[in-house]
Order: sequence, then structure tokens, then C-alpha cells
Amino acid sequence: MGIISSLGAGVQANLNRLLEGETGVGPIRNLETRLRDELMAGEISYTDNELAEISKIQDLRGISRGALLGVIAAKEAMKNADFSDPAVRTGIISGTTAEAMTNIERYLQDFLNNDRKNEYIESQDWGFSTEIIARETGINGYMTTINTACSSAANAIMTGTRMIEHGLLDRVLAGGTDALSKVMLNGFNALMIVDTEISKPFDRNRRGLNIGEGAAYLVIESERVAQKENILCEISGYGNSNEAYHLTALSPDGEGTAQAMNNALEKSRLQVGDIDYINAHGTGSENSDLSEALGLANVFGENPPPFSSTKPFTGHTLGSAGALEAVFSILALQNNLIFPNLNFKDCMDGVAVSPATEMIRNKQISHVLSNSFGFGGNNTSLIFSKVRL
Amino acid sequence: MIYINGTASISPQPTLKKEEFLTEIREYRANMLQCIEPDYHEFLHPNALRRLNRIIKLGWAGAKLCLDDAQLKVPDSICVGTGKGCFKSTEIFLLSVDDNKEQFIPPSPFIQSAHGSIAAQIAIQTGCKDYNMTYAHRSFSFESALIDALMLLKEGKYTNVLLGGVDEIEETQFKTFERAGHYKEPEVNNLQLPETKSAGTIAGEGSAFFLLENQPNNNTYAAVKSVHTFSNPPDASSVRQQIFYFLEQGNLAVKDIDLIILGLNGDVQFDPVYADLSGTIFKEQPQAYYKHLCGEYHTSTAFALWLAANIMRRKEIPDAIRLNDRPPDKLRNILIYNQYRNVNHSLTLITGAG
Repeated sequence: MGIISSLGAGVQANLNRLLEGETGVGPIRNLETRLRDELMAGEISYTDNELAEISKIQDLRGISRGALLGVIAAKEAMKNADFSDPAVRTGIISGTTAEAMTNIERYLQDFLNNDRKNEYIESQDWGFSTEIIARETGINGYMTTINTACSSAANAIMTGTRMIEHGLLDRVLAGGTDALSKVMLNGFNALMIVDTEISKPFDRNRRGLNIGEGAAYLVIESERVAQKENILCEISGYGNSNEAYHLTALSPDGEGTAQAMNNALEKSRLQVGDIDYINAHGTGSENSDLSEALGLANVFGENPPPFSSTKPFTGHTLGSAGALEAVFSILALQNNLIFPNLNFKDCMDGVAVSPATEMIRNKQISHVLSNSFGFGGNNTSLIFSKVRL
Repeated sequence: MIYINGTASISPQPTLKKEEFLTEIREYRANMLQCIEPDYHEFLHPNALRRLNRIIKLGWAGAKLCLDDAQLKVPDSICVGTGKGCFKSTEIFLLSVDDNKEQFIPPSPFIQSAHGSIAAQIAIQTGCKDYNMTYAHRSFSFESALIDALMLLKEGKYTNVLLGGVDEIEETQFKTFERAGHYKEPEVNNLQLPETKSAGTIAGEGSAFFLLENQPNNNTYAAVKSVHTFSNPPDASSVRQQIFYFLEQGNLAVKDIDLIILGLNGDVQFDPVYADLSGTIFKEQPQAYYKHLCGEYHTSTAFALWLAANIMRRKEIPDAIRLNDRPPDKLRNILIYNQYRNVNHSLTLITGAG
């Protein structure tokens, strides 16, 4: 696995910051926006030029910030995978929703009014970053991109897993990338679901989310080709559902979130009592947190396993959030850790569940459920399980 | 086998009435072909009609026409491919962010700017609360949705999948990509597309939907046999190799292909591979093309699949799409081959349902 987020570049850097309980959300420095005076974000400190250097990409024509982030995370994910055997069919499935925005918002006026920035025209497209990542990592098999808003990367991991189960691929690089954009900051701000402080998921006084950016990828392999010493975990369950309720809101009864979790549990053949930790979607927004908490209560009863949202650490990285949180879920398995839900004080009205507020160490963690919910009522749950070899 | 038990197409041609199969062909003298749209009052409540953007309406109308054809109210699951999705709403929102200097911006274009809102609206209209997926990868968008749909039906959890390919073209995107040399200048006649011999193609759009099921019924058009995608082949010979390999996997040879539908789009930079295939391996097979009817767009293969499914059911090839005059002796297997700027290549094979 590989990751870059506002917590840092690389799995170890991210783990260190999580262990220190130190957030990556702070003032906006790179993105040019009037909102930098009002809002914070989980912005990655590197400038585009610095990212370009880290990525080691030679051909930077038409490049986008999200593609740079994606290449960096993908290369880390692939450093242990053996790509020398051409008989191993390798694909890439990436989730992204905001990535294309960064170049559109920078260059739209140029595209419309003059010919100076034409090299960026083809980057205003959701498949662009995926094709750059494929080029830079040498993946030449199946390639696709999923855009279901904030569940995009979780859906990419689910689809990749299914393609392996169907024998269509032996190995897939799956995850997502999204870069901070003016469009997303203003969009969520216009919907009045952005907190001016660091978000407080599941808290009674939550005021919204912080936008973040980042990329993360997993190398998912079939049992046949996986090298034992490289196995980090098993993807044991996945499930998707749709609210069929509203283009941006979740149903207030938690029915849709519960269905995604139930679908994942059903696929994994695990019981609710087997889940040791839930990495919640927990954006900090009024509607989404309530719906998720009701869904948790619906599936797990009044005493769900410890759960927390890591979004106060990273901000909500939108299309890539499911991939970042997949990495955090795997870190929880590997290190027997439960990450704290920062800034939680009081329970929400109407639902009695409350998240873990302190780091929990040395608890045996065998199965982690990770939730991702997106605009359009698109809900996805994934289950990661420890493999005993 | 996975069966196509319902189809619908909204396209720049008169394709809304299912009784008429390309009996009338629309000629354009513009390089941007837009759909002949239905009266959306038949599909949406006046409030929704006012609120929703054009591509969400195109998507829902296509989906509804397909469900009507299949006589189904609620699908079990939904898979949509859309290359550009709701780009227009993104652009409207972005211009308003700039115009308003990032203050007091109306959020409604933002709400409708997500790619997934096309499939989400179908879920809202039908009440389908289960699997809902949106693929957005250039000219792999529809193929990815189709591959997912085939997996879903094999997994057995759902009895049917509503599958669609939806994209729109509008002025800004047209002008932008015209600058990048994707479209022809000056204007051409769409019906003379293969003879234009110049760089660029013509832009198009469409909304085509299919109801896929594990079982055939009395509305079955055809069966989807297999789909394959590949990227960046170095030359025409490696494309031929991919086709041989693909057919071999289905225990077929080139001679078993009763009709090859090619995605040629009149762009001299990228069409040579089609000429190679027409002149070599498919020389003896009946050949067809379709982008002169619908234009080039990321999910044009959804229109091609609609064509293939209807050809299979009617056992007739409309004159307007014939590339050679070789008549088929039978119509058992139809292969669609498309490529987009030599990056995204795809093969889709359908077969008779009998």
C-alpha cells in the first residue's frame, strides 16, 4: 500500500502522525482561493513543483496535481510487488471525483479565450490521472476510473477485488486520488457544510467537514500470485447500496448506510460481533454523521464495536477518502490500534452511540470495517481482515 | 449467457420510436451533433424538470425508455458509464465562483455536477436502493460498466442490471476540444464522414440503455458474449493480435463474425487501424460503421451496442451503416471494435439469443 495525505508522504509518515494524534488540517497555503482566510483544509504542504520532483515523472506535459499525488502513492504501493512476470494480468482501477477540477479551474478561461494552455485540455477529464499512473507504473492491463463522489476509491477497491474473484485479473492497483480545488471548497461551502474549525465528527455540535486532498493505493492480488511475505491483509467483504433519496443528502433513518454495511458483512460471512473496529465515514456534517450513526446502531445495536472517523486528521479527501481510510484500516490491523475520533465531546441527539476518543493500543484487531458514503446516496462498506499464515 | 432484454437509445438520429429502426437518417452540416430529445414532461415531474440539468434528464429518459421496453418498473441494480458526466454543471458552477469572487454562490449546479448523479437520479426515480455504480474513464466508461454488469449477473445476487452509456456535448467543451484539434474544421456533412480525409472528427452525444438479465424472454434482443479492453497498442498488427486472442477465448474465428461494427470517425490520424482491419482480417466479412450517425463521444459504444442488439433482433443491417456491400448469410455473431485516439481500445461481442 501507498499513501500521501496532509499527514505526510508515505505509510510510515502517516502512521507516525496518527500515533502522535497530530492533525494535518490547517491553513491553506498552496491553493489560490479567497476562502483561505476563512477555511482550513487538509492540504498537502508540497507545492506542485515539489510533488513533480518526488514523483520522478519525466514527461510533465499537461500534468495535474492529482496525477502527481496518485503517481507518488502508487509507486510506494508497488515497491514490493514483483511486476516482472508478464503472465500476471495487472490492472488499475482508480477512484476520483475532484482531481479533474484543479486544471479546469486554473485554465478554463485560457481554454475559452486563448491558446496558451492547450496542453492542459486533455487533463480536464477523470480518466487522465489514471492513465498517467498507468504510464508511470508500467501497468498495461485493464484500466478504468470510478467516479461516485466520496465513495469512488472504496468502489475502486471493491471492483478490483471482484475482478480478481472473477478471474479477470490476477493483480490490481486500486485506490484513488483527489487534489484540493477551489470548486470543491466553494461547493461544499455553498452547501454550508464546511466547519471553520477542525471537524468534530459525531459530536452534537458538529458544524461540517474540512476538505482535504490525498491519494492512496493498494496492490490487491489473487491467492495464486500473492507472495506470502507481502500479504498485509485480506479483503473479506464489500457492499454497496444507494439511498434513492436525494442527490446530496443521506436518508435520515440510516437505512442506506445500514444496507451497505449489511451487504459487506453478508459477503464476508462474518458476524457483527467479529468486527473489532469501524473506520467511519464521519465527515462531521450534520446529515451524514447522523445517518451513519443510525446505520451503525441499526446493524450493531446499541453497543457497536469501537469506531472513529480519521477525517479530523486528514480532512475529507473526497474521491480518495475510501483509499486513505483503507490504508488506515490496514494499519489498525497490523498494529492492533484504534485511532481516536478527534474533537468529540457530546453525543448526538437521537442516537446514543459514541466514537472512540482516545488511541486504543494492544487490542487484538482481526476485522476492520470501513465506510465511505458519497453524493448521489452512494454507500460502500469494505471489510479488511488479518490473515494468519 | 447474459441476455439483452430491453434497449433504448436517445441519439442525434430519430431513434426514440422503437418501431422504426434507422428508417430515417438525419443529415447535419455541423461538427457537433446533439440528440433529438424526447419531451421530458413525459418523464419527470415539472419541479424536477425545471431543476435538473440536461444530462441527468437525458440519462433518466434513456433509462425509462429501456425499462418500458423491458416492461420493468424497478431494476435490481444500476451501472452507468459516462466519460464527461455532468461537466456542464461543473463549468456553470466554476464560472459562478469566479464571477462572484467566491462569495454567495448558488449551490444547485454544484449539487448536479457529480458524475454519479445520473445513476443516482435513476435510483431516485425508480426507488432502486441497491448496487449503483458510475464509471468515468474516457472511452472505457461504457465498457467498464458493461464488464461490471456481467460480473454482477454472474455473482447471482441480482436478477437484472440496468446498464447505460450517457454523454453530452455542448458549446464550451466543443470549442475547447476543437482548439486541441479533436474536431474537424471547417464544417462537414456527417453522412460523408469517412470521405473527409482530414484531421479531427465530429462531436456527438447520446444516452443508450440496456436491461441485462441471466434469462432470455420474449423481448430478448441478443446475448452479450464477452467484452475486452486494451490500451496503447503499438501498431495495427498488435490490434489484430488482440482481436485473434479475444475471438479465440470465445472459441471463434474471424469467419464466424457475421458483422463487424467499426468505430471509425473520419480522423486521418486515428482511422488507419480501421482501414487495416477492413482490408485484412475482416476483408471477407460484412462491415458497418456508426459515428457518422451519432458523432464521436466517450460512450459511443453504447450506441453501437444498441445498433448491434437491434440488428440481431431484426436480422437486418440498415443501409445507412454499411461500410461494404457484402451481405451476411446469417447474423449469429456481431463484433464491435472501437478505439479512442489510439489509447482506449475495446471489443464487444454479441450473439444471437436462440
